[in-house]
Amino acid sequence: MLEAKHCVGCRQLNDPRYEQLEELIARYKSQKGALIPVLHEAQEIFGYLPEEVQRRVADGLDIPLSEVYGVATFYSLFSLKPRGKHKIGVCLGTACYVRGAGAILAELEKELDIKVNDTTPDGKFTLEVTRCIGACGLAPVMTIDEDVFGRLTPERIKDILARY
Amino acid sequence: MINLTIDGQPVSVPRGTTVLEAAKAIGLRIPTLCYMQGLNEIGACRLCLVEVKGMRGLQAACVLAASEGMEVYTNTPAVREARRINLELILSNHPQDCLVCERNRQCELQTLAEELGIREVRFSGEVSAYPLDCSSPSIVRDPSKCILCRRCVAVCHQVQSVGVLAPTARGFDTIVAPEAESSLNDVACVLCGQCIMVCPTGALREADNTEAVFAALSDPSKHVIVQTAPAIRVALGEEFGYEPGTIVTGKMVSALRRLGFDAVFDTDFAADLTIWEEANELVGRLQAGGTLPMITSCSPGWIKFIEHYYPDLLDHLSTCKSPHQMLGALAKSYYAEAIGVKPEDIVVVSIMPCTAKKFERTRPELVGEHGLADVDFVLTTRELARMIKQAGLDFGQLPDDSFDSPLGLSTGAAVIFGATGGVMEAALRTAYEWVSGETLGDIELTAVRGLENIKEAAVELPGTDITLRVAVAHGLANARKLLEAIRAGEADYHFIEIMACPGGCITGGGQPRPQDVNDMNELRLKRMRGIYQADKALPIRKSHENEAVKELYEKYLGDIGGEKAHQLLHTHYTARGKYPRQIKQS
Repeated sequence: MLEAKHCVGCRQLNDPRYEQLEELIARYKSQKGALIPVLHEAQEIFGYLPEEVQRRVADGLDIPLSEVYGVATFYSLFSLKPRGKHKIGVCLGTACYVRGAGAILAELEKELDIKVNDTTPDGKFTLEVTRCIGACGLAPVMTIDEDVFGRLTPERIKDILARY
Repeated sequence: MINLTIDGQPVSVPRGTTVLEAAKAIGLRIPTLCYMQGLNEIGACRLCLVEVKGMRGLQAACVLAASEGMEVYTNTPAVREARRINLELILSNHPQDCLVCERNRQCELQTLAEELGIREVRFSGEVSAYPLDCSSPSIVRDPSKCILCRRCVAVCHQVQSVGVLAPTARGFDTIVAPEAESSLNDVACVLCGQCIMVCPTGALREADNTEAVFAALSDPSKHVIVQTAPAIRVALGEEFGYEPGTIVTGKMVSALRRLGFDAVFDTDFAADLTIWEEANELVGRLQAGGTLPMITSCSPGWIKFIEHYYPDLLDHLSTCKSPHQMLGALAKSYYAEAIGVKPEDIVVVSIMPCTAKKFERTRPELVGEHGLADVDFVLTTRELARMIKQAGLDFGQLPDDSFDSPLGLSTGAAVIFGATGGVMEAALRTAYEWVSGETLGDIELTAVRGLENIKEAAVELPGTDITLRVAVAHGLANARKLLEAIRAGEADYHFIEIMACPGGCITGGGQPRPQDVNDMNELRLKRMRGIYQADKALPIRKSHENEAVKELYEKYLGDIGGEKAHQLLHTHYTARGKYPRQIKQS
């Protein structure tokens, strides 16, 4: 027998987010090109796209799950893993890279004790790398959510993280 | 009509024709890897590049519509160089193990490298390496050899409406795979093997069982019997240079004997037997008000499809095992007793046009009373050809030989099982005469023949008030339409034949691959002609007139649809659902 916490059906019954998902699918059902907007809003509801959500979307829009998964893995804005409360983006564009972005990234990995694309166990931070964000004059830079931090040195990382 | 010139030659084509098709019309073959007309026109492989006067850069001919006054050049230095660079780039991320690859000398990528005169690959760098997916008994996926042409994806989604393969991730990390890094065995793949038929490289192939069969053949304690499906005889010859559709039954039987099989039987015998059981089942359902429409059950890809996607309709399936499973069950009972060999010493090998049959033979419900599987090995037509080559047999020089009795005798109604509509036609030839008691005049029911997506016919049964309404679908996207109609209560048929593969078994997933993937329908028609020729050439063309089957009932089985027949020849099905794999919870 399955333990209750492993039962997808029960989880969905007890989870109001699945009601929202059903409404969302119903809203888009008859529209062409519905998959990307549905995944987008589903990610807003769940914070990421767990497999049961992908299955529900596939069934609701009557498309194969492989296609849903293909689209979800194609766009970097979709995530299949739970994301942290705050998203850190370390710029690895050319200017940041030559000015030491590697050391910044290494410091973040050490400080948070996670690797790129992972989330801290407390769900607070997700660490990602980005291409050039256009703040080359401030290189090296990173973003945390909407905030931009420039002229970074590894020594500043601990203090910056403490603000969140 | 649109007028253009290609390499200086004028050509007129209907509006909407691509430059690629226009070139074909004047005998110019522009190289392609990803292109499948009407199915996969995506301009991905960039090998069909051409130069067009007045247009910037090179154009992909497969997605470029011909326009009035267009001047196309297909063989300029720029075109040649670009095609070679693109092919070299594909090759730079492809294992260079042609000598030991299953597709050696039958590989489109290899052929193109030769045709474009590639002598070195100038690019080197990171190479994609993925583990083999050998999870299913039928299909091996080797993503390291995949060139991302997406032909398998087009077939899986559009032709079969199964859609378990799709491009995943992005850029260099792109891989054509089932969702969530699953293996084929973990998803609702029906194992039809149509992806194998269109794969240009060795990325998709059957699970090879030839070594195991060679081992059984060299074991003196085993009595190894072989049976061949109807569709093998019109396709096997292609592997040895014969035209598609050439009937090579005699040489095939010879080859099997030379390989060392102790008896060479014909699945056609069991096809005739299937008609006895299935026609009887249909008549029973008509009279007793059973579930209608009844649907045929000989295509294991189709069976897996309904189990995954329409489990609510399983009652519609005939309970008849597929013919080779029936023959296997009889080989280990009726035949074993007749020759005085213990069932456990009999090895049954089925030569099938099918990859799904490799899965079918592993089904737990297809194990007989001795705990022995009805069938021990299933080989595709391609595997048989490999065995014949490995044994050094000169196929063309082999004399004609004929099948052994009693499980080798058959009628024309059995051989047509190999083409879409054939089971229906065979069943009607028998049901008509059984129900009406009259002789069927014209036995060729052309309404159910051919490649139309869904075929329908109505047959009046004289002496009754029944007009039998039937339908035939081939290819699972077509089957799906009929199933939706049944669900909606709009399918007013008594009997439906469904074959998983388009065209039926003649182009099943285990058959020799087409020379050109864009000539698949032509190939189907040629093999189909062979099938109907074979039917015409036989003295007896109705299953119920098969004397060997009659004798089987008299001596062994008893009544048609009786207890013994049920025990040996019938089966049941399993609802599998669309998502057989449980989600891993984090």
